Amino acid sequence: MSNELQTAATHTESLGNNQGSTEPMNEATSGPKIIDPVFTLEEVSVSYGKYVAVTGVNLQIPSNDITAFIGPSGCGKSTLIRTLNRTNDLIPGASVAGKVMYHDADLYDSKASAVEIRRRIGMVFQKPNPFPKSIYENVAFGPKVNGRPKKSELDAIVEKSLRGAALWDEVKDRLGASALGLSGGQQQRLCIARSLAVQPEVILMDEPCSALDPIATLRIEELMMELKKEYTIVIVTHNMQQAARVSTYTAFFVTEVNPLGDLRTGKLVEYDETRKIFSTPLDPRTEAYVTGKMG
Amino acid sequence: MGEVKVGQRSVVLSPSPHLARRLHAQRVARYTMLLATTVSIIVTLGIVASLFPTAVRTIITIGSQIIGISWAPLFEPPEYGILPLFTGTIFIVVIAMLVAVPVGLGAAIFLSDYATFNLRRVVKPILEILAGIPTVVLGLFGLYVINPLYVEKYWPIGEPLAYSGLGAGLVTGILIVPIIASVADDALSAVPRAMREAAYALGATRREVAARVVFNAGLSGVVAALILAFARAFGETTIALMVAGSFPKFTANPGDPMMSLSAFIGFAGIGDAEVGSSAYNTIFLIGAILFLVTLIFNVVGNRIISKYREVYE
Repeated sequence: MSNELQTAATHTESLGNNQGSTEPMNEATSGPKIIDPVFTLEEVSVSYGKYVAVTGVNLQIPSNDITAFIGPSGCGKSTLIRTLNRTNDLIPGASVAGKVMYHDADLYDSKASAVEIRRRIGMVFQKPNPFPKSIYENVAFGPKVNGRPKKSELDAIVEKSLRGAALWDEVKDRLGASALGLSGGQQQRLCIARSLAVQPEVILMDEPCSALDPIATLRIEELMMELKKEYTIVIVTHNMQQAARVSTYTAFFVTEVNPLGDLRTGKLVEYDETRKIFSTPLDPRTEAYVTGKMG
Repeated sequence: MGEVKVGQRSVVLSPSPHLARRLHAQRVARYTMLLATTVSIIVTLGIVASLFPTAVRTIITIGSQIIGISWAPLFEPPEYGILPLFTGTIFIVVIAMLVAVPVGLGAAIFLSDYATFNLRRVVKPILEILAGIPTVVLGLFGLYVINPLYVEKYWPIGEPLAYSGLGAGLVTGILIVPIIASVADDALSAVPRAMREAAYALGATRREVAARVVFNAGLSGVVAALILAFARAFGETTIALMVAGSFPKFTANPGDPMMSLSAFIGFAGIGDAEVGSSAYNTIFLIGAILFLVTLIFNVVGNRIISKYREVYE
């Protein structure tokens, strides 16, 4: 991280401390001081054709921690998380401006391979999406396409991944059964196990609990707390309590509507430690959102 | 505070005149649709009833002669060895499938997972136009292009002739390519994007996503496409008659002329077969065989489809 950015961050923080929480920030370039970030976003905008989904995002995401993206519908938080492993490449017309750095490498460099990026940066989706294959084959899929593991190695990877996703004890006697026979919560943990199997560094989670009941949600949250010891996690969530419970850092986005009212663009309003976002936010819009007055 | 009224409210539950009319219309609709369903079942049963008595009588008359290699029921003395019709049919269907399965499935996978939205929008209607070419036009194409310019020139085995089973198989293959491509593409395109995204997120390449995830998830639809195409090739009459000729030769050389089961009906059943004549009887026999084989393939196909349904849904 550059000194300039650090200074800017410190400056804004002191501003916030001096003038209270009602003063809106001018630029979203501030945020927490992060050493050796996994992701560094500089002036990132994502468009679908002419439509700009999210613009002007600057933030850094720390390693081995959980960072949450929150905000109302249409604020671009899902779009943004999908740029972090180039899943948006799959949508025709999607384009990214600005810089998305993964450690010291530019994810959108012409020489960067999206396949290699996605192997390192896994993703868990909104709705559990297991393959219509057996439980075993779901977990084995990633290792199989990424190499030619022996059967014994594959067995070990499958067991380790399922244990890692806290699913092993429930499915160890029926690994050959169809994954579609599992409950929603089990399917989502299977999807997490499936992404662990390719040994990623980062796991992106796009509203991973929005299709689950409260008990299954709780299990996933416990699992996330466990996983952050080894993995960097970025989560998009609609559920503010969830962000407050699991994340260390929170980025709050809003939807800005242009004067004609026909275009909506997402903007990063505030990014800081989660406890600050929820107790002493700098921007009134953040405060309104986290206290339930907006969104 | 108001007074509490003691007693029961009176309620009318019998239909009003308006509702009675609606209920009447509902009954009429029900019986009309029942009638429509019954008609289609009766027609099917009627076909069976008209085919099978004559077919069974014929096969009893013919007896064990039917397992023979010479088919000439219209000649005197008639010969009833049905094997040449089977080899003719098998050659044409197998050659057609050899052409159409790789091309059709390749096209389907290309359209569902490789082509851009705009390209797909252009190519798909063209495929459907190909599916709409009358078979008699394809037959001409086989007779005047495929047979003389390709089969006669390049096929190395046997004497070159104007007709060939190989040509008929190739042209039937062209006929069923769009069926496979279009139906299989629909099945593969219907596989949810979430399935593709999940595979991409694990570091799979486009080819791996298409071959290992999309194709698997859409397999029941792909199998349905193949069965449909097979049934079409099996029952195809015009192309077989025009391109393979009408000579029921028992041969192992696909470059020879041959006759398929359906081509025999097309050949012999054009109106001047007297009731009770040998031609008449054998037409019914072959018709019944076509019916049974198609039925068997439909049943087997449905079994396969429902089996994959159980696994994948």
